[in-house]
Amino acid sequence: MADLDVPQSKSRDLDKLLLRHGNLVDPGFFPGPQLRDDIREFVKILVVGAGGLGCELLKDLALSGFRNLDVIDMDRIEVTNLNRQFLFRLEDVGKPKAEVAAKRVMERVSGVEIVPHFSRIEDKEVEFYNDFNIIALGLDSIEARKYINGIACGFLEYNDDDTPVRDTIKPMVDGGTEGFKGHARVIMPGVTPCFECTIWLFPPQVKFPLCTLAETPRNAAHCIEYAHLIKWDEVHKGKSFDPDVPEHMKWVYDEAIRRAELFGIPGVTYSLTQGVVKNIIPAIASTNAIISAACALETLKIVSACSKTLTNYLTYNGGEGLYTKVTDFPRLDDCLVCGPGILIELDTSITLSKFIEMLEDHPKLLLSKASVTYGESNLYMQAPPVLEEMLRENLSKPLYDLMGRVQKDTIHVSGTSLKDKERQSIQTKLRVVFKGADVVTDMDTAIGA
Amino acid sequence: MKRLEQEPTMVEEPKKTKYDRQLRIWGELGQTSLETASICLLNCGPTGSEALKNLVLGGIGSITIVDGSKVQIGDLGNNFMVDAKSVGQSKAKCVCGFLQELNDAVKANFIEENPDTLILKDPSFFSQFTLVVATQLVEDSMVKLDRICREANVMLVFARSYGLTGFVRISVKEHTAIESKPDHFLDDLRLNNPWPELKRFVETIDLNVAEPAAHKHIPYIVILVKVAEEWAQTHNSNLPSTREEKNEFKALVKSKMLSPDEDNYREATEAAFKVFAPRGISQDTQDIINDSCAEVGPNSSDFWLMVAALKEFISNEGGGEVPLEGSIPDMTSSTEHYINLQNIYYSKAEADFLSMEQRVKDILVKVGQDPSSISKPTIKSFCKNARKLKVCRYRMIEDEFRTPSVAALHKCLADEEYRSAIGFYILLRAVDRFAATYQKFPGQLDDGLMDHDVAQLKTIALSLLREMGCDGYMVEEELSNEMCRFGAAELHVVAAFIGGITSQEVIKLITKQFVPMSGTYIFNGIDHKSQSLTL
Repeated sequence: MADLDVPQSKSRDLDKLLLRHGNLVDPGFFPGPQLRDDIREFVKILVVGAGGLGCELLKDLALSGFRNLDVIDMDRIEVTNLNRQFLFRLEDVGKPKAEVAAKRVMERVSGVEIVPHFSRIEDKEVEFYNDFNIIALGLDSIEARKYINGIACGFLEYNDDDTPVRDTIKPMVDGGTEGFKGHARVIMPGVTPCFECTIWLFPPQVKFPLCTLAETPRNAAHCIEYAHLIKWDEVHKGKSFDPDVPEHMKWVYDEAIRRAELFGIPGVTYSLTQGVVKNIIPAIASTNAIISAACALETLKIVSACSKTLTNYLTYNGGEGLYTKVTDFPRLDDCLVCGPGILIELDTSITLSKFIEMLEDHPKLLLSKASVTYGESNLYMQAPPVLEEMLRENLSKPLYDLMGRVQKDTIHVSGTSLKDKERQSIQTKLRVVFKGADVVTDMDTAIGA
Repeated sequence: MKRLEQEPTMVEEPKKTKYDRQLRIWGELGQTSLETASICLLNCGPTGSEALKNLVLGGIGSITIVDGSKVQIGDLGNNFMVDAKSVGQSKAKCVCGFLQELNDAVKANFIEENPDTLILKDPSFFSQFTLVVATQLVEDSMVKLDRICREANVMLVFARSYGLTGFVRISVKEHTAIESKPDHFLDDLRLNNPWPELKRFVETIDLNVAEPAAHKHIPYIVILVKVAEEWAQTHNSNLPSTREEKNEFKALVKSKMLSPDEDNYREATEAAFKVFAPRGISQDTQDIINDSCAEVGPNSSDFWLMVAALKEFISNEGGGEVPLEGSIPDMTSSTEHYINLQNIYYSKAEADFLSMEQRVKDILVKVGQDPSSISKPTIKSFCKNARKLKVCRYRMIEDEFRTPSVAALHKCLADEEYRSAIGFYILLRAVDRFAATYQKFPGQLDDGLMDHDVAQLKTIALSLLREMGCDGYMVEEELSNEMCRFGAAELHVVAAFIGGITSQEVIKLITKQFVPMSGTYIFNGIDHKSQSLTL
């Protein structure tokens, strides 16, 4: 085909999208070389996870005009990764995923800079996450997603009319896969539902009743979980079970076999034992490739506005034919994580200590051992002991004073919540409004500020 | 106590461990069929390369890449399998080299040749392969290749990436799957039609046992069979059919509950619908046994020979039912009751299997084949999956182009949800016609002719619609404009998506597990409202 007289450019294909006007584009699309160059130079994307999805995401983003990528993953490469995590080779087993992934992509795609972080996501300062234009998630757990979601939504601020402040919206693109199934979604905090808004999408994890395990096992999985959850502690008092230690796994397998023989139950194999104990999710390259591609495409679209974006959740199933569905899930206006925060009306005389007590009984919070921060300052922290001691004197002061006597503002609290019968550590924002605040005093404060 | 011998899986061979996560999906048999398959890829731009990458990672037997082009600088921007050092070299050679690195167990070859030329000059080349993945071919080549592969009985999958759209289309005369592994499928408990051994076992258990622990550990299978019998006695041997009756039945079940913590009774109430389910075979099964291929002869495949046996079984010892599947779901029960039930179901499934095995052997003899040519495990799997069999047939491309289903077309064009997909379907064909006339794709060059290209593309689209019997319809203006904007760009993310789908379909076709897609999958990267169109 006639193409030979056109000067060669690496971005030959991307240019068609970024340099040309389009019809079905987002408002705010300004096509041209400037857009392409700005993306290259200024846009920073964080890829969370360097596993099945993460490897694909890094490749996809590097080949979509992005030059500044970071990737964070706390794991090391294992042999069972090699059927899909294509950036790793047999000789890489044992090395940190983030580091090898970054290195491999930089080797193949010249010009891209990838900074690896071999660490847990919780070990990064919150401000680290604020550095990025978009956070792309390639995670395999609900907890990790909740965590990042909490952080990204934590940056969100609201105007007085309860609309989100545009500059504080930190978009996330989230993908997940399991066998032939997967999902890709776009999260714009304050605009589309966040992870917490749609937490009900995730079915509860299967847990066998203890009495079944202890008294009436019926299948191989029951025998395995008996050995894993009951017998191990009985025999190894105190020593915790580590699924990555082969001797531990073998011990559970042997015990499971014993129990299975006792009850005449067939089907216990080493492979099943590993699967049940480690909750192994079957995984293949193709599904990861599909979901990551969808996520990377959305990342490109959000950043450049070169086309309309996914609104807002894509479900995918490739086992029975081919099934894709887009659902426009609604936000929860009163979401504890991405919403403006639960409204709490207080008397100006309420002390910090009384406030913390109130949080325990608040029906939407049930928050115990709360720590409280206001803007940049810690008002009270439960831990570490040094900090707790330093801030202890604040407990007896009125919250109103501690907040600089403003009539209303947002504060953040964190602690352990007893919601849904499960204890989970949460971080959430509250809108505090002080009743009977003296207007004159407020004006003084405002003038004095 | 006799300890089980050490299993082979304990030894953790590196190969087995590498594929562990996928073996849990398609098992050793599936893996073997992948490892003995040979794939031919036409064109190794990102679409083809990404498709092949996923197959190579999964351990495909061999790959042969056919591509005559040299690596250009623009390829560095969309293809991970080429790098700066590759510029000017054979693209097939470079992609092949990279893929070989991904998995040294795969036999990787390349041929530096333009696929269009190969299709014209050497059709017999394709007969050696299990499956051909044909990417980025234009209409004309697609039709020719389709004829070649259909003739040679080689499976064929087409894939195309074009800007933010693209498609995947399987072309195979017939594909049958025994292990279709549907996500959700009702268990085979026969609560609406219990056989003598099950009835006898149920009789030995007294629902009204005094001891509370025993009372709440009677499995729901037993509860429901008993209550169904009780009901039938007072209802003329019929099962509940109206909504009222069904509610009455559930109430009857509940009435036997002694206390609210009896999970077995809760499960029985929830599972009561299994008693109401109609007896006999499903429409899908009906369609398969009535298929003309079930009239078997000496050239019939193993699948149809077994279907013929199934048909006989159903009309005779099956009593209108397929062979029993044989497994039961977990349920609240004493271990003893549960294992006894498992044995009863297992025994009947085994007996049904033996009947089927005999019938299969007899049919093999009748059509002049060796009675042992279909193995026991195959027949066993067939019996277990008798309710889940799948037959997929695909029209030849030229037939679809010549005589598309006008009814389906009209339906799609009128449906909000399908309009963009059908729009892209038509445009994807229109751009090939455009290219045949103007030696370039619309909008492909920055030659200042965008307006002309748009106008011409629209004209071609309209005439295509006319040809397809859809006079009066139009492709949305915006879609046509976007198509020209795309200018035949092969974007990496779209190629990776399309390549991913392609590799997944290849796996399903080769392993004969799960169910391949039907029709043409039209990808819509704008709003992700992609659709499968069967025309």
